[in-house]
Amino acid sequence: MTDRLLSIEDLSVAFHTPEGTARAVDRVSFDLNKGETLGLVGESGCGKSVTSLSILGLIPSPPGAIDSGRIRFEGRNLLELDPEDLRGLRGRDIAMIFQEPMTSLNPVLAIGRQVAEPLMVHRGLGREAALDQAAEWLDRVRIPAARRRLADYPHQLSGGMRQRVMIAMAMVCRPKLLIADEPTTALDVSIQAQILALMLELKNEMGMALLLITHNLGVVAQMASRVVVMYAGQVVEEARTVDLFDRPFHPYTQGLLRSMPRLGARPGGGRRRLNEIPGMVPAITETMAGCRFAPRCLHAFDRCRADAPELFAVRDGQRARCWLQPYPQRRRSDG
Amino acid sequence: MAETPLLRIAGLVKHFPLGGGLLTAPRGWVQAVNDVSFAVHRGESFGLVGESGCGKTTVGRMVLGLIPPTRGRIEFDGQAIHELSRREFGRMRRRMQIIFQDPYSSLDPRMTVERIVTEPLLAGRRPPRAERRRVAAELLDQVGLRAVDLDKYPHEFSGGQRQRIGIARALCARPQLIVADEPVSALDVSIQAQVINLLQDLQQEFGLSYIFISHDLSVVEHVCNRIAVMYLGSIVELASAADFSRCPRHPYTAALLAAMPLPDPHRRAAAPAMEGDVPSPIDPPAGCPFHPRCRLAFDRCPIEKPPLVPAADGHLVACWLNEGRGLE
Repeated sequence: MTDRLLSIEDLSVAFHTPEGTARAVDRVSFDLNKGETLGLVGESGCGKSVTSLSILGLIPSPPGAIDSGRIRFEGRNLLELDPEDLRGLRGRDIAMIFQEPMTSLNPVLAIGRQVAEPLMVHRGLGREAALDQAAEWLDRVRIPAARRRLADYPHQLSGGMRQRVMIAMAMVCRPKLLIADEPTTALDVSIQAQILALMLELKNEMGMALLLITHNLGVVAQMASRVVVMYAGQVVEEARTVDLFDRPFHPYTQGLLRSMPRLGARPGGGRRRLNEIPGMVPAITETMAGCRFAPRCLHAFDRCRADAPELFAVRDGQRARCWLQPYPQRRRSDG
Repeated sequence: MAETPLLRIAGLVKHFPLGGGLLTAPRGWVQAVNDVSFAVHRGESFGLVGESGCGKTTVGRMVLGLIPPTRGRIEFDGQAIHELSRREFGRMRRRMQIIFQDPYSSLDPRMTVERIVTEPLLAGRRPPRAERRRVAAELLDQVGLRAVDLDKYPHEFSGGQRQRIGIARALCARPQLIVADEPVSALDVSIQAQVINLLQDLQQEFGLSYIFISHDLSVVEHVCNRIAVMYLGSIVELASAADFSRCPRHPYTAALLAAMPLPDPHRRAAAPAMEGDVPSPIDPPAGCPFHPRCRLAFDRCPIEKPPLVPAADGHLVACWLNEGRGLE
């Protein structure tokens, strides 16, 4: 238990709008250990980003409200921290990078200033010293001629370079936890590979934990040691990455993995249909009896439509929110 | 292969002026497409892949006549497009349609679904109202939507359903060729599979040809018969889908494949296969456009641009390695 860094316990977040209440996150729990990379995956609207924004206290309120739960970071409940203390934590112990670096960088500030700022705010460094370290970090994230780029503005950089600046900005204070929300989704694959390699390298070097939020199962397979799968606001499966890809339990996870085209999967060039998950994600404003995935699930039976399943242990380190749990034989015969 | 291909493009070039105005000369030229040639056969899916700025979308737009080429020839069904009168081109243009990436911005939010999907009909003789409704209902049925959706507006649909509406609109004029520009990139994984399957079913049913433009190599490989890889405005490799990932010949194709994050935790990538960014198309490198990032480049590569030539049966590559046959 000593190496636990972050625990999310029973977190519920709702958005109260004139159209109704959207339960974006519904009793989500998971842990993250020191130095670990946890992948948080799911499709749009599943609640993965809202979960991560809650950690930093960045849920816009109103309309958002954290209805219940605890977020423990090194033992302290972040939800009870006063805003001043939370600000002190943000950017120093917990840093975050987003999908679109252009919208998270300040367009009218030179990148040197932006990378140096956390050092001035959190470490009390003077301007010169902070800029000096900023240059070192820009060099470290492989921005060519970093020292000369300090005065550049974000629009002068390519998308990949901007994301490198974001990473430098997140890393300067040597955070214990980096939250990366779709960090490579807006980038080309060759740049994505570079950014992922850079994140891995820095993570290993500094021993920080990484919470990687993505819809891309390839990115998760390459980066994470454990994965949490979310669907319609809930955690539906949690497993070690290897187990999740080798032995996915939840029909949603299975469906996702089977619906992806894979390189080299049809060596003869013959036509093959992809496995679809029929239907679409339910609106989170609807109150649903039973399992939220049941309407799309090929294995759903009466109980699934009547009672909402809990997360059951499937095997060591793997949990799934599915009533099929007591009947693994049945799943195998269907597969 | 004896029959005329449905589409043949030869020596296609597009340079966009950079800056400049009515009275001032442009400051330079963006060389978006440089000497691109290929043919698309009837019933074939032809893939165009590459990273942003490689020119794949510009090629698609030129094929549809949405932007004029700087140079080059486009033949549709044996007829050179630039030789047609406006009216003749208008008729031909209906036989080619487009599906866009973003199902949110490509549908008019103030039109009902019925109007959206039957709009291509209005280009010819205006059909009577009842006829229009019947056609619209049939189109929706073909793309897996229901007749009750006819009077709804785009905002009432999810992303996947909107893409189906876009597909129905493309089908309306009974085209032979559809240019699909990143048609599933904005969709969630589970919905992506539905739309890909739909596109393949429609192809079978109507004998459609596709130009399938995408940055997602696994999607393109799944959908297409042949694939052209573009880099900085040029095709660097053209291969069958079967050869594409199994024996890539251009170092760029190989690096691109290696950069794809595989959904397999047992096969984790080593170091990234490509360093640096794509150079600017305003001032592209001399010789082979890929040489500054190529680990195998040698003295000839920065000097002479390699031509796209056959390296094996049906497999073309533009690379100086192994006497112009590329990787072996």
